[in-house]
Amino acid sequence: MKAVTWHGKEDVRVENVPDPEIVNPRDAIVKISLTAICGSDLHLYVNRIPTMESGDILGHEFMGEVVALGSEVKNLSIGDRVVVPFTISCGGCYYCKNDLYSLCDNSNPNAAMAEKIYGHSPSGLFGYSHMLGGYAGGQAEYVRVPFADVGPIKVPDGLSDEQVLFLSDIFPTGYMAAENCGIKEGDTVAVWGCGPVGQFAMWSARKLGAGRVIGIDRFPERLRLAKEYTGATTINYEEVDVFETLQEMTSGRGPDACIDAVGSEAHGLTLDAWYDLAKEKMMLSTDRGHVARQVIHSCRKGGTVSIPGVYGAFLDKFPLGVAFAKALQLRMGQTHVHRYLPMLLDYIREGELDPSYLITHRMPIERAPEMYRTFMEKEDDCIKVVLKP
Amino acid sequence: MSMSMLTDKSITHPQQKSSSSSCCNTENVSRKEQWASLIGGGAVFLYGLRRGSWLGMLTGGSLLYRGWTGHCMVYDQLGINTKEGHFDRPGVRAQHGRRVNWTLHINRDPQELYDFWRELSNLPNVMSHLVSVQSIDKERSRWTARGPMGQTLEWEAEIITDKPGEVIAWQSLPGSQVDTAGSVHFRKSATGQGTDLEVTLKYDPPGGNMVAQIAHLVGQGLEDDLQEDLRRFKQICESGEIATNAQRPAMKA
Repeated sequence: MKAVTWHGKEDVRVENVPDPEIVNPRDAIVKISLTAICGSDLHLYVNRIPTMESGDILGHEFMGEVVALGSEVKNLSIGDRVVVPFTISCGGCYYCKNDLYSLCDNSNPNAAMAEKIYGHSPSGLFGYSHMLGGYAGGQAEYVRVPFADVGPIKVPDGLSDEQVLFLSDIFPTGYMAAENCGIKEGDTVAVWGCGPVGQFAMWSARKLGAGRVIGIDRFPERLRLAKEYTGATTINYEEVDVFETLQEMTSGRGPDACIDAVGSEAHGLTLDAWYDLAKEKMMLSTDRGHVARQVIHSCRKGGTVSIPGVYGAFLDKFPLGVAFAKALQLRMGQTHVHRYLPMLLDYIREGELDPSYLITHRMPIERAPEMYRTFMEKEDDCIKVVLKP
Repeated sequence: MSMSMLTDKSITHPQQKSSSSSCCNTENVSRKEQWASLIGGGAVFLYGLRRGSWLGMLTGGSLLYRGWTGHCMVYDQLGINTKEGHFDRPGVRAQHGRRVNWTLHINRDPQELYDFWRELSNLPNVMSHLVSVQSIDKERSRWTARGPMGQTLEWEAEIITDKPGEVIAWQSLPGSQVDTAGSVHFRKSATGQGTDLEVTLKYDPPGGNMVAQIAHLVGQGLEDDLQEDLRRFKQICESGEIATNAQRPAMKA
């Protein structure tokens, strides 16, 4: 089959690899109908995530048709159209039983590797480094889905692939980011990064009762979409000082909740952003923490900081003392995708949101290498790329 | 049954008194090796004497000492003992061997886990270093395992404590290739869900503590095996299968 494979820094290829087969009784094989490049795939693209190996199949946002089933999968049938969560969860451990699916105890075959760095291992992920499972991803013609009786959600007829694909990661990720804010009716929520996760976080914050949502970015197209689809007020950080502007908008209090939907590859125009960049160029750090710092700096006292953006491991100059002084709550983590799927699918079915508005590039999978570059450089107003195998 | 009780029991064995301390008078070399040391040591000593080599005389002399007294300081350091009759006692001597302890939470009831564990022939299915466990009678069983660095090890063990749903403890029988003792405790978790499982294993590593330490450093030791084995056990109990990133059955780990 054709698959998008990783070979090192900014080296992604489309290659022929052997088809996957059923290995365990709870497996399914899904024939991919649509897959996407995620912002977090760019962390892999620039070689920011450790324990990738040459030839790894990328991709953790995908959907398709069930073409083979293991003997223990009773809830799916051959031919079902499904969306697959990017987190792999066994459904039986303490964490899965308590709705904390991305912390599953049993789905990471390389748990010992993750434990060395993190102390404990989170769940395995599709197409995201060996430390997090080494599972082949879904930017391919077929994918092997472990624990298929727990993860995949069946899609009703009448909804297009483009409408439901983002249930695999970014829609639930944006939703959980907003939910983590503990929003009270009328709250002001500021969101750093108006990419797909930021957009879904803004939409969800409104849904959860936020009175005002503020989107922060530097790309006019992204700011325009935020205004149009989520009703956000926007700030272009290349034009105004973010902190000052947020204080003006909130009578000096700061937003009740702040969401970092940027993660470890933050851009910025302040001194600390240059410091991060310099350190990274000298290969002294893995994470650029400019947004994490600004979020903590801007949030109102006693407010909540929610971090759906991905960070690798050790962030330099993290202002814990500031968070302490202001008694902030910090919420973060990989998305417990399974928890949100039925509810978010209902929103789409009822027409409250059509997530496909984010798609700017529709391409055959052969053009993946070129699309990784376009997405990374944010050329051509690129916001979301979907690939057809 | 605690580990200290196991070791206390072994102290009462007559053989124990001489071998539990690492005093320099302790014999730890077999008769055959003693003769080899005497002959070889004599030859090296004479060679050194004729050539006027202090190193030769020193080496020969230490071998002669080893042959005459039956005590080898290097063996002592490595925890090796080849003296006949050394294995004639149960369990592991006090102050000896390595102790491995591992606890983990498994989201199943203590009784279910106990039942799986008590059927000893189940264990090789989850314990990668075990080749087979055969029951001899209700208490006794014969174990075959892959040791560190590719050795095959065999021993017979008896169950010395057996409380259904709570604890199983065992020790190896005299004459075994490996001196080992261990226990598994099944406790209802304080979270109210599942079981806190605690496995304790004590063993006299073949080749001695230093070899075991090196094996551990290169990820080949019993500690590493046990940790991965218990993870598999948990996976089977909670999810019914062992997670793998293999793309085809032939690649299954």
